[in-house]
Formats: sequence, C-alpha cells, structure tokens
Amino acid sequence: MNRYPVWKYAIILIVSLFGVLYTLPNFFGESPAVQVSSGKATLKLDASMLKRVDEVLGTAGLKAEATTFDGNSVKARFNTTDDQLKAKDALQHALVPDANDASYVVALNLLSSTPEWLRAVRAAPMYLGLDLRGGVHFMLQVDMEAALTKKAESLSGDIRTLLREKNVRHGGISRNGQTVEVRARDTQTLQAARAVIADQLPDLQMVESPDGSDFKLTATLKPEAARKVQEMALKQNITTLHNRINELGVSEPVIQQQGQDRIVVQLPGVQDTAKAKDILGRTATLEVRMVDESSDAGAAAIGRGPVPFGSERYPDRNGQALVVKKQVILTGENLTDAQPGFESQTQEPTVNLTLDAKGSRIFKDVTRENVGKRMAIILFEKGKGEIVTAPVIRSEIGGGRVQISGRMTAMEATDTSLLLRAGSLAAPMEIIEELTIGPTLGAENIAKGFHSVTWGFLVIVAFMCVYYMMFGVFSCLALGLNLLLLVAVLSMMQATLTLPGIAAMALALGMAIDSNVLINERVREELRSGASPQAAIHAGYDRAWATILDSNISTLIVGLALLAFGSGPVRGFAVVHCIGILTSMFSAVFFSRGLVNLWYGRKKKLKSVAIGTVWRPDGDGTAVAQAD
Amino acid sequence: MEFFKIRKDIPFMKNALVFNVISFLTFAAAVFFLLTRGLHLSVEFTGGTVMHVAYVQAPELEKVRSTVTGLGFDDVLVQNFGSSKDVMIRLPAQKGVSSAQQSDKVMGALKALDAEASLRRTEFVGPQVGEELAHDGLKALGMVVLGIMVYLAFRFEWKFAVAAIIANLHDVVIILGFFAFFQWEFSLAVLAAILAVLGYSVNESVVIFDRIRENFRRFRKMNTVQIIDNAITSTISRTIITHGSTQIMVLSMLLFGGQTLHYFAMALTIGILFGIYSSVFVAAAIAMWLGIKREDLIKGPVRKEGDPDDPNAGATV
Repeated sequence: MNRYPVWKYAIILIVSLFGVLYTLPNFFGESPAVQVSSGKATLKLDASMLKRVDEVLGTAGLKAEATTFDGNSVKARFNTTDDQLKAKDALQHALVPDANDASYVVALNLLSSTPEWLRAVRAAPMYLGLDLRGGVHFMLQVDMEAALTKKAESLSGDIRTLLREKNVRHGGISRNGQTVEVRARDTQTLQAARAVIADQLPDLQMVESPDGSDFKLTATLKPEAARKVQEMALKQNITTLHNRINELGVSEPVIQQQGQDRIVVQLPGVQDTAKAKDILGRTATLEVRMVDESSDAGAAAIGRGPVPFGSERYPDRNGQALVVKKQVILTGENLTDAQPGFESQTQEPTVNLTLDAKGSRIFKDVTRENVGKRMAIILFEKGKGEIVTAPVIRSEIGGGRVQISGRMTAMEATDTSLLLRAGSLAAPMEIIEELTIGPTLGAENIAKGFHSVTWGFLVIVAFMCVYYMMFGVFSCLALGLNLLLLVAVLSMMQATLTLPGIAAMALALGMAIDSNVLINERVREELRSGASPQAAIHAGYDRAWATILDSNISTLIVGLALLAFGSGPVRGFAVVHCIGILTSMFSAVFFSRGLVNLWYGRKKKLKSVAIGTVWRPDGDGTAVAQAD
Repeated sequence: MEFFKIRKDIPFMKNALVFNVISFLTFAAAVFFLLTRGLHLSVEFTGGTVMHVAYVQAPELEKVRSTVTGLGFDDVLVQNFGSSKDVMIRLPAQKGVSSAQQSDKVMGALKALDAEASLRRTEFVGPQVGEELAHDGLKALGMVVLGIMVYLAFRFEWKFAVAAIIANLHDVVIILGFFAFFQWEFSLAVLAAILAVLGYSVNESVVIFDRIRENFRRFRKMNTVQIIDNAITSTISRTIITHGSTQIMVLSMLLFGGQTLHYFAMALTIGILFGIYSSVFVAAAIAMWLGIKREDLIKGPVRKEGDPDDPNAGATV
C-alpha cells in the first residue's frame, strides 16, 4: 500500500529537475558589461550600432564575450572588469568625440552571466530589489487636474474657432476650472452653438442654464474622454521620463505606471539622488523662432562668416545648421498636442500641432506677417538646442491648429510629433515617495537575509534529523526541495526579491515544516496505538492530509489578502508567502511520501521504521522503532 | 527522542476560566496601552523623511539632534539604529519643501559637523501615501478576518469560526499592545508580520479543531470537555515542535536579519507565543462555551463514503 506508481515518481523527478534548472541562474552571478544607449531624444538606436560596437572593440583589440541589442541599448559583456573599463574608454572615445554634446551614453553595467543554454529555456536569475542592490526609488504623482485644465483650455480655443467659422455670434467663451462656458444673448444662438459643438467635438457634454438675462452653455468633457485625456497624460509623462532617464545611463531603470495617476521610477545603482531628481524634474523646452533669412545669416549657416547680431546658429537633425533669430515666438508651454497625420487632399504625411488659446493668437499674428518665410521649431535638451523642423509659412494660420507638411515620410512625421511631445510633460508631477539605499547597505541586506535563512534552516534540519531520525531526514529533504522550488518559481516569474521577500522565505520554511511534523507525529501515534509500520505510515499520511489542507488554505487566504491589498514591502512578502505555501504542499506531502515509499514501501515484512522514539504510556518507554 | 510523555489527557478545559481571565487581562492591558500610548507609526504611515546616516566614529546624538533642529525642523527624531555608529533621523513632512531639499540640507549640516558622515538610506513618503497605506492595511486586515471566518464556517461550523477569530484577533491586539507599550516602530513590515501571525494562529486553531471533529467521530462515549482535552493533548507535541521550528527561523531573523527585520521578527515572536496560548487555551474554550456538539459536526446519519477518519469503515490496513 505504500507504493507509488511510476508516474508519480516521474512527476517528482520532473519537478525536481525543473527546480534545479530554474534555480541555477541565481548562482552564476553577474559579469561586467558596457552599455551603449542613446543620449538624445532625437536619436534612436538601431541594430547597426551592434556592428559599430563590435568594430570599435575589434580595433581596440578587445574581445567581448557577447554583444546584444535589446531595442534600446547595445550591451557588451566581458570576463574581467579590466576589459570592461578598457572597452568603456574605447567606446567613449569612438562614439562620443565631444563630451559636451554626447549623442550616446556609454555606461558601465552588470549583466547576468547565466550561460546560453540556460537562457535558451528562459531561465534567469531573480531580480534583486532596490533594498538588496542599492539605488533610488521614486513614486511620482501626476497632477491629473492640471492635465484636464490644460485640455479645457485648448478646448475653449477650439470652440472659439469653430463658432467663428460657423458664424455663431456668441457672447463670450471662458474656461472655468475644467469646464468651458459659452454665453449667448438668446436661446437660438445658444442652440446653434450647441449644435455646432456637438457635431464637431463629440467628447463634450453640455448643459444649458440661464445666466442673468443671458444664457449659458456649460461644456464638460465626457467621463470616458476625461479618462482618455488622463491616460494620454500618464503615457506621455512616462515617455518623457524614459527619455530623460536614458541620459543618466542607468543600467536597468524601471519606469512603471502604478494605479491611475502614479508612476514608479527605480534606478538601481544610482547614488546621486539630487542629480536624478534634477533630471526627472527638468523640462526639455521647445521654442518656436523665425529663421534669419538675411544673406549674412545664410553665409553663417554654411560656416562662411559670423552669425549676425540677434541671431543664433543651431544644427538640425541631419547636422546641417540654420541661423535663427533669438526672439522666441512661442514655447512648448503653448503646445498642447502634436500628432502625426495625413493631408486631406494630397495624402502627404503631416505633423499636426495644437496650440492653446494664447499660443494661437500669437501664432496667427506672426504667420500673417511672415507668409513665405521659414520658422524653426527648436528642442532644447541639456542646454543644447536642435532644430526639429523648419517649415515655410504658406498662409496665415489661425485657430491654433498647425499643420506641418512636405518632404516627410510617415515615419518621420511620427518621430517628429513624438519629439515635440516628449519635450514637455503633459501634466506636472510631484514626488510623493522616495527611497535611497546605499550600495553597501544593499550588500549587507543580502548577507543578512542569506544568513537568516541558512542558520534557521540548518538548526531545523539538525533538530528534525535527531528527533525523527529517518523520517526527519525525509522531512529535511522535502524542506530542501521546497526551498529549491520556491526559488525556481520566483526566478521563473522574474519576481523582484526584497528583504521582506527573504523574510517570507524563511517564514515559509518554518511553516512548511509544520506539515512534516503533523505527518510524523501522526505516524508515531499510529505506531503507539499498535499499528504495523506499513499501516502506520499509510494512516499517518492519510489522516494528516486533511489537517494540512485546512491549515494551509487558511494561511493562503491571509497571503492572498495581503497580495490584494498590500503595497510595497507587504506585497513582496505576500508573493513569496503564497508561493511558499503552494510549493510546501507538494514537497511536504507528495514528495516526502515518495521518499518514504521508496525507502520502506518495498519491504513486505517491515518490522520497524526509524521515526525516533515511539513512547507508550503503558510500557517502559522502550524504543520500538530503530533503524533497521 | 520524545519530549512529550503524557500518560493521561491534560484537563485543559477544567481551568479554561482561569486561562481566559489571564488572557482577558492581557488583552485589556494591550488595549489600555494602545489607547493611552498609541502606536509609534513609521514614516510609511505618517509621511515625512527618514535618513539613515552612517559614521565612522560614534557621534554624540545630542549634537546631531541640535544640528538638525538648528536647521528649523520641529519634531525631529534622532536615534541610534542598530549600532552606535548608525543614526536614524526622522523629519516630519513639510509643506512646500521638497524631500530632496530636506535631506540635502540635513546632510550638508551633518557633513559640516563630521566629514565622515555618509548617507546610507533616505526614505521620503508624502502624507497622502501614508494615509493610503494605513487604509489599505486596515482593508487587508478586514479581508483576512472575513476570509478566514467564511472558510472556517464552511469547513467546520460557525461556532468554530467565531472562536478562532476571537482568539486570533486577541493575539493581534496583544502584539499591537506590545508595540504600543515599548513604543517600537510600527512599519509596513510589522503589519505584514501581524497579518502572517493571524494566518499562523488560525492554522494552529484549525489543527486543534480538526482533532476535535475527528474525536467526536471516534469517541462516541466521551463528553465535549473530554473530547477537547484529548484533542489538545494529542496535538500538543506537534504544536510545540512546529512552533519551535518556526520560532527557530524567526530567531535566526532576529539574530542575523539586522535592523530592518528586527521588529518584523519581534512581532512574529510575540505572535507565535500568544498564538500557541490562544489556540490551546482560548479558542477551544470559547468553542466549548459556544456549545459545540457532536451533531454540529457530523451532519445527518449518512456518513460520507470512503471517509478515512470513519472508525466504522474498517481497519485501515
């Protein structure tokens, strides 16, 4: 009766192999690497960089163990830190000739040195949380009210233009908080305005009300449209943060949305919080200026002659220079949106800009006076300006909707509009949570967590083996498997390991032993009441199972509640706790029974089992069970 | 080896009243301290900035304190953290001043005092986050209690569910009482530990209840008190060994885990000790007073088929 069919052993074998396979990557550690990423928002890295890095390393006589391109950056791994530093110097020299105008960021990095065959099965080490590796953590709150106000501002401009186009004589349009109010002297005008707005701006819902002797139409964004505005704002802020963080040359930044209006930024390894905060909070600015089209300026642009007084020279994305006037017409603040699109007649790709009310007024005046001339849109990053686009003004542009077209591919239009948007944050952000952990503290925390688990584990193993003898050994093997599986599952999930997570691991082991104690005590009890060894094993496992299931489910309920409602360290704890319970059910019951069956199950005439002393109240306490 | 050579069932229930009075007094004391002293909430709940500064040589705390207060911060907490060379400084949240400015300012002043001071860790939590965390924590506690009650009511009977929850919430309140009495810092990790304790002591109660149910089936002649006594006596060795093992782990955390895990392990230690006490003496007694009967657990004359616990199903050989 204490025999497992072959398939059960097969399951045990497969699961153990799985455990070993996915736990392995955690032992390989990290090897030094150099990472090359884009240093400018205007520059996108592509696979050709991979070749270039290889070439540079080749000429420097360095051999990278592996070079990879992951879509954002090229990483080269090395065997020694010596090679790594040499490679960094070589790459820095070749790719960044001018440190003040860095197109690329070359940074030192650590990469997991998991062998290729393990990576092929997607086995990777656990990701270490900030408390274990050091770094900075920020939680930013996006001011959604401001995003909605901004949207209302631009809508009021839209409504003004619309009503003028349709010749609706309104009595004034104003923004009041996040609503737009349109006044009219009579109801007919109000109805006309309402019809126009409903037709052209379906995102708005309107309410009419009397306003003194006049009438008022109050337009607000529909809830789903407001949600969309908020989502867009969050997305844009994340994009902008990405661009800025790339500058820092951080190896594995985490930039994630959290909840409806929050962004979490984690920068492992960064110690200079002040700089990090400065970069996160900075706004890349966008400026619209007129191109200086005098002959002097033309000469200065191609490098023959001085730049005229009152003008400046900026390069465009292809490296060609243009001379623009110093006077700023508009800044990025007046730009509410930039989207790629197509010209309705020619189907040419375009970039469509939306300006706010103030911006549209200025823009209208400027364009009226400068038809046929060129204007430049310049993006300032790190104090350096770069011309994004310099279109010719074809006619007076009113209404705040600007279309830039001509000599553009659809891809270029998308890139340009992204750049124009990336310059600014859609809504202001505020740091509401911040955590900095020094690198030495991280290393200490790892050691502390590791020691806690190891010592606790060893003492339990020693006790179990002495107290329950052979059954104790089985229990400890099961406990070992539990740890192995726990680490394997966490690694496979690519969970982030934190110190509370390690604590949960220790606790999970302490609790997992409960199942084995329950079983072993039950088996002893059966032996005490006179059952034969085989029957005792069978009954012990069977009866303990119901109890184990009940107690584990109640603990699991706690774990799930923590997972659902906890945050930060509580969540890290809960994940490990829940997985630990599940793996313990397998290892403590299924696996340990397998071991017992393998050891004792075959023996038909089993006289005794080694489970320590089975004490009988009526007897004199002789050990009935000794190792056979 | 066998630690528990018990010849007869220990009459736990005879003294149930005494145990419950002790338990109630502890509980009352805990509530008293909670109300009068309150919890020393960590910055995670209150909002503010915590800085952990390491020195090469142990600094004079009084000097550090006066330096920080000299910068115009009120209500500053300066204390040693783990060792005499590590100092924890806690600043309340200030309106209009960013966290970066706060910590930079303090670090500047401390470096002027002792150039060897280095910032090891800063944590800033905005007030709105703190409120949310406290709210979420209470929600988690509520869900845990509800979930466990539903499960126990479903698996056993409502009387057991009520008894288990009373016993275990009493553990939670007592842990909180300890934190209030000693003014230990109550952080998110401690909250996690307390919720884990809740699950853990329910686990304990479940084991005993399970045995009570089994005994009701097996020993038809025993009365309820005898059955409970027998259930507790026959599970006592498992109770002690399991909790001992868990306590070894927790002790290991307490010894090796450092300051970060200190209060976490502390909460667990108290929780484990009171968890044993409450499951053995309180939960079973309450269940007894609520009037558990054989009929409550063994519903109807029809027995489940293939029930391994059924004594009439034949010898399990």
